[in-house]
Amino acid sequence: MTETDKSLLVVNNLSVAFGTKDNPFKAVDRVSFHVEQGEVLGIVGESGSGKSVSSLALMGLIDFPGRVTADELRFKTTDLQTLNEKARRKITGDEISMIFQDPMTSLNPSYTVGNQIMEAIEVHQGGSKKERQAKAIDLLRQVGIPAPESRINNYPHQLSGGMSQRVMIAMAIACDPKLLIADEPTTALDVTIQAQIIELLLKLQREKQMGLMLITHDLALVAEAADRVVVMYAGQIVETGPASDIFKAPKHPYTQALMNSLPESSEGKDRLNALPGVVPGANDRPQGCLLNPRCPYVTDRCRAEEPEQYGPRGRQVKCFYPLDEAGRPTV
Amino acid sequence: MLQFLLRRLGMVIPTFIGVSLFTFALIYLIPGDPITIMGGERGFGPEQRAELEAMLGLDKPIWQQYFIYLGNVLQGDLGTSYVTRQPVMSEFMSLFPATIELTVCAAIFAVITGLTLGILAAIKRGGLLDHTVMTISLTGYSMPIFWWALLLILLFSVNLGWTPVSGRLDVMFWVDEVTGFMLIDTLLSDEDGAFISALSHLVLPSIVLGTIPMAVIARMTRSSMLEVLGEDYIRTARAKGLSKRRIIVKHALRNALIPVITVMGLQVGLLLSGAILTETIFAWPGIGKWLIESIGRRDYPVVQGGLLLIATIIILVNLLVDLMYGVVNPRVRHSK
Repeated sequence: MTETDKSLLVVNNLSVAFGTKDNPFKAVDRVSFHVEQGEVLGIVGESGSGKSVSSLALMGLIDFPGRVTADELRFKTTDLQTLNEKARRKITGDEISMIFQDPMTSLNPSYTVGNQIMEAIEVHQGGSKKERQAKAIDLLRQVGIPAPESRINNYPHQLSGGMSQRVMIAMAIACDPKLLIADEPTTALDVTIQAQIIELLLKLQREKQMGLMLITHDLALVAEAADRVVVMYAGQIVETGPASDIFKAPKHPYTQALMNSLPESSEGKDRLNALPGVVPGANDRPQGCLLNPRCPYVTDRCRAEEPEQYGPRGRQVKCFYPLDEAGRPTV
Repeated sequence: MLQFLLRRLGMVIPTFIGVSLFTFALIYLIPGDPITIMGGERGFGPEQRAELEAMLGLDKPIWQQYFIYLGNVLQGDLGTSYVTRQPVMSEFMSLFPATIELTVCAAIFAVITGLTLGILAAIKRGGLLDHTVMTISLTGYSMPIFWWALLLILLFSVNLGWTPVSGRLDVMFWVDEVTGFMLIDTLLSDEDGAFISALSHLVLPSIVLGTIPMAVIARMTRSSMLEVLGEDYIRTARAKGLSKRRIIVKHALRNALIPVITVMGLQVGLLLSGAILTETIFAWPGIGKWLIESIGRRDYPVVQGGLLLIATIIILVNLLVDLMYGVVNPRVRHSK
């Protein structure tokens, strides 16, 4: 699938840099992707790969000294880069909304959950207090909170983590967004609650035909939930494609390594297959392909030159030697 | 909430007993005794001295004196002044409004400017405004209060002639005492311009007295604001598309105020003790001046009673602050 004029979100060469002008650190480096209406786009990568920073940039939440640049940043027909602050805020939380990793700290401890949900409605849709309250109760019911009429008066510290995340979701869908960005929505939750929250998110996504950007490092989750997948490493996209293709036959050594590190693929062994090393930080980014110090198939060319995105639109891989169907490098 | 209230009230009693013991003991540490001072240069003979000691109850052992004193205090009797023969309580009550007026004005000055400067510094962190505010507050905090007062008097009263040097009201006005608060009494009276005169007398003492609390509040507000602005729920508020103003006033300030309120409560003690010095400098007829004079005369009941009353007020204000804390912070309210 490729982007069209009808695409919900089109991101072209988005970069986010921190640090000084002379010595910038690119947390996100020329990232391009698009989200269609009613589609789930999975964004996968280790910690530090730039997933969250990209999503914060889309929300307009990158502060000084962070610098956001892009060739194109379009939501429906609106160019997000030319909007002034006020017009941008009008879209944020209304048509594009976001839920975060840690629900317990993402809710304001001083206000009731009802107050915080009603605030989102008040700012974007208005209406009388009674209408807003009725809507907030309805939203809490939609996200599966029992006895919403009394829960609405609860403070965040009176809720469990799972309940808090449900409240966050209710707040995010309060204004019927077209695009919902979920940044590791289950990472901070108990394993037993994780599946429930994802199920809820997907159910709401289907019902409301939202575009959903599901940011996670949980590959198994993406394999199940996403239509298309973007794999990120050290601020760059290394592979994109339909979820089924990527999981059947990953083309980038990094994607392959991520999949090998799933416990299922280590069955019968004493240790899990791990990719040695960590994502390079601000001062130790290597020359050439950013993965080269960790890649099992590395060649001299990888150490010298940075590969481009190869392959047809919609199924691209940033590697000189993409893996074949059997998972062998085409060196 | 009721449990919280009771538990907090229970803590007041031992504090009160400790304070009474301390204020009682403290005065015996000052050299000199009231009878020597009453005798003046000629002094008393041993018989007269013993008679006076017995009359004032100073012949008993100190621990006995303390329990007699504590017993009287609990019945609301703080004793009578050795010098004026007036009950300490009634002297205190007649002077207290002047001190309250000064302290309240100083507190208003400290809270309004402290909060404003602290918030602005936090929002414009690292900028010129931030550095200016931090420098001012550090200077304000470290400057001796009497020197700061003299500087202000020199500039505004002596050179510019904008404000009066001392007192509560110009001598040309005669105002009946109704409440004891000059601002209110002058408004009630039919003297033209008396209110303005009372107000102008308040400006410098309030600024002098309020400077240290203002500096403390400004610094506390700034650091508390900065911490809160980095919280996840501020990001959530921004992701909702709220205006900057709303994020700061509704989401950040409310949480940032929690530690600031505690600090404000502690400043009340500083205000009342600072008032002693400020009142002396500006010849302000309040508790502070009265206490300083009584210490010079070794007027034990006045010093003990005055200190005890001030301490009680500080205890009560801090109790009030703790209760306010519960109102602002739902987590305190719900804790069992």
